[in-house]
Amino acid sequence: MILHQNKIMNNKLFADLEIEKQIAHRNKKNKAFKGIIIAGTIISTLPLLLILFYIFKQGITAINWDFFTNLPKPVGETGGGVANALVGSVLILLVSCVLAIPVGIIIGIYLSEATKSRLAYYCRLAVDVLQGIPSIVIGIIIYEWIVRPMGGFSAFSGSVALALMMLPAIVKSTEETLKLLPESLKEASLALGVPYYKTILKIIVPTGLGGIMTGVILSIARVIGETAPLLFTAFGNPFMSTNIFKPMSSLPLIIFNYATSPYNDWHQLAWGASMLLILMILILNIITKIVQRKWKVQF
Amino acid sequence: MTAISYQAKRINLKEKVFEKTLTLSAIVVVIILLAIFFTLLINSMPSIKALGTKFFYDKTWDPVADEFGALPFLIGTLLTSFLALVISTPFSIAVAIFLGEYYKKGIVAEIFKNVIDHLAGIPSVIYGFWGLFVLVPMVRVLEMKLNLPPYGVGIFTSSIILAIMILPFSVSLSRQVISMVPADLKEAAYSLGATRYEVITKIIIPHTKSGLFAGLLLALGRALGETMAVTMLIGNTHQIPTGIFSPGNTMASVIANEFSEATGKIYTSALIEMGLFLFVVATIINILGKQVIKRFTLS
Amino acid sequence: MKFRTIILSLLVISFGLVSCGGNSNENNSSAKNDNEILGAGATFPYPFYSKVFDVYNKEKGIKVNYQSIGSGGGIKQLQNKTVDFGASDAPMSDEELSKSPAPIVHIPSCLGAVIITYNLPDNPSLKFTPEVLADIFLGKIKKWNDPNIMAINPGVKLPDLSISVIHRSDGSGTTYIFSDYLSKVNAEWNTKPGTGKSLDWPVGLGAKGNEGVSGLVKQTPGSIGYVELVYALQNKMPAATLKNKAGNFVEASLKSSSAAAAIDLPADMRVSLTNTDAPDGYPICSFTYLLIYKNQSYNNRTEASAKATIDLINYVIHEGQKYAEPLGYAPLPDAAVKKAEEILKFVAFGSKPLM
Repeated sequence: MILHQNKIMNNKLFADLEIEKQIAHRNKKNKAFKGIIIAGTIISTLPLLLILFYIFKQGITAINWDFFTNLPKPVGETGGGVANALVGSVLILLVSCVLAIPVGIIIGIYLSEATKSRLAYYCRLAVDVLQGIPSIVIGIIIYEWIVRPMGGFSAFSGSVALALMMLPAIVKSTEETLKLLPESLKEASLALGVPYYKTILKIIVPTGLGGIMTGVILSIARVIGETAPLLFTAFGNPFMSTNIFKPMSSLPLIIFNYATSPYNDWHQLAWGASMLLILMILILNIITKIVQRKWKVQF
Repeated sequence: MTAISYQAKRINLKEKVFEKTLTLSAIVVVIILLAIFFTLLINSMPSIKALGTKFFYDKTWDPVADEFGALPFLIGTLLTSFLALVISTPFSIAVAIFLGEYYKKGIVAEIFKNVIDHLAGIPSVIYGFWGLFVLVPMVRVLEMKLNLPPYGVGIFTSSIILAIMILPFSVSLSRQVISMVPADLKEAAYSLGATRYEVITKIIIPHTKSGLFAGLLLALGRALGETMAVTMLIGNTHQIPTGIFSPGNTMASVIANEFSEATGKIYTSALIEMGLFLFVVATIINILGKQVIKRFTLS
Repeated sequence: MKFRTIILSLLVISFGLVSCGGNSNENNSSAKNDNEILGAGATFPYPFYSKVFDVYNKEKGIKVNYQSIGSGGGIKQLQNKTVDFGASDAPMSDEELSKSPAPIVHIPSCLGAVIITYNLPDNPSLKFTPEVLADIFLGKIKKWNDPNIMAINPGVKLPDLSISVIHRSDGSGTTYIFSDYLSKVNAEWNTKPGTGKSLDWPVGLGAKGNEGVSGLVKQTPGSIGYVELVYALQNKMPAATLKNKAGNFVEASLKSSSAAAAIDLPADMRVSLTNTDAPDGYPICSFTYLLIYKNQSYNNRTEASAKATIDLINYVIHEGQKYAEPLGYAPLPDAAVKKAEEILKFVAFGSKPLM
């Protein structure tokens, strides 16, 4: 009897051991997996750190007063600066904003209001497609639409190209923000007799301003570094220019030109310009986070 | 007319104007998109008529002989994009699991989320610049060890940079779908004694399969159209790449290199036809991705 | 309410800035037109142009915006009338001229040499014959220690390294000059790839502009490329000595470039200077041209703007020539300057000659 019981107990112990072994094995796999995931994530973040570190290391030596105030010097001469490119970038962006922001917000308002109509469906589709168009194709389009009819390259054509690229982000963020606002807000206003257009413009939009602004700033951060659409639109200019109907220089353009050249001087300038560009994008992102926190944006 | 009805009429007018503006803006977007498509189509016509389908399987791109076969660039585009996807997918899934499952909230989550977002914010031209001075020498060393010509630039280098660039795009979507897996599914598994690893691999991943796939699609769409970094790192040759270390060209980089100087109707038109192709493919992938997401979120 | 005013004021400011820029365009249309000249094209003479235009700006206050996008780009943008002048090392072919909307004239601006540069340990001085050079660029000679190369360079230690050919990725006049030379000296090259600005290169990597090629050669061990002389000089890169038609090994220099140009020049100045008979001539030389429409009255081009362009070109072929030598370009021989002046005499605004 005891032998039989022992046998059963032994079998049970054996089974328990098996199960324990299995559990240990599964736990090991579990820990190993977590380790792999963490390792993979850390490796994924390495490039960013490497890039930022390298750019700052190279760029910081290029930054001095001359860098900001000088114009590019002829090939082979030292001491050039990126003043015209900086001004160019800012100007081109400014015009893009003027073009894209009002249009984008209005479209966003439409999409958040008219959710069921056919037009809204096609409009949303169009905005999605626009978002996915490669930037070089936008450059081709603007060359055909604006540069050729205008008879020349201009900062304006570059701005139009960038504005097209900013549009989807602004539209989407406006639509999302306004959609998240409680219906009761709009209904209360309408119930009080406020006309529809006033409700939207004076109540809904200002309430959602935080989200809208976030979208706007994000879209600026997206296009500030774009080069491809400017290649055959704004074209570039070695001089300082504030005339938007003529070619204009910009930071990404000179980074591209200088980086692929053989002159160390120019490489230095390109590093400095890269650092400048990244700092500007960083600042824009930080502003976004501040706006989000202050206005409690939810999307 | 009484003062009130006069005012009512004015308000009515403003209402109408406002609503018309909204509708108009939506129509404008759709028109812009259609215009983009038709501009590309019409300007590609000369090349489509002259070359027909030969465009896609002719492996010689010889502007001197007026022969425009885009096969080398098609191959280059597909090779780099898919290689980039292959390289980045394990990492993007790892990060998505990291942020969507292990570290959903808290400081660690915030830090890594920000890092990945900033990866997306770095302009393409800066990636290319960094690639030229950091990646290329490293690849050269590798190539010399493998007894290959030490180009440094080529398909391999461009694919690595592309992989880094598209990582944030697949991560953001994948992370979202992973974090949205219903808690009761996971808890049921845990209560049955599953380890975290098993919950992830047997419950979460299968559940989010389509979402992850959509993320990959979006990343692919982005890789196909990427221009600047690739142009700087791919070696710019018209020959079909013979291996992953050989130089090549993508459709986007050919356009960037040769558009502003393509003389002759067919030459320019052939380049625009490539732009049309990129537009169509990017659009299809984009829409496909969004459809998959929609179906996923609905289910 | 507060942010509305901020946004409104931002909009107003930006509108103001934008219209300021636009206004200076409309009100002083003459100032806009003759204060700024836009040109685009060849990278070959870019160091020379960038110096001359900088000096021109300091002396006359006129801004010349020159973008070195390659000779092909210069021709195309001129054909599209988006620039005031184009620049190309390759003279336009009859076909290109016939496809242009109106007659275009070629004015030579200086003389340059295309040299062969390379990246080898210790950068020894190398000699090349036309056959060896063609075979390298055809991909037939693949290694530096190939017996053919060693035969013409006795005493030079050549490593067992693959030859990485670097060529142009954009439409290039420099490519045109080089391929024109190779087509003349090598029958196989003449059949394919032939002569042109944008070739179907059998081997090698492409880089954008003379800048790109010299940049890539400088960084890639075992590479070989073709660039304008000044790019090698400025970057302290070696330039090979070539065997010319007369059988002499000649180095690229101002003297050898000018020697090569001592031939009969046609009236329209569209001439090839490669592989000339001159015994001391460097075999790969070329004029580089400024391209403008013979009739300057097109689109809404003003007479002032046309005159400004002509004055600039006139300056380049006369006073500007003194900046050529320090940069490694040969100044135009007198015969060329005379022919150029003749051409300029016939450039007119409508029916009114500008010179």
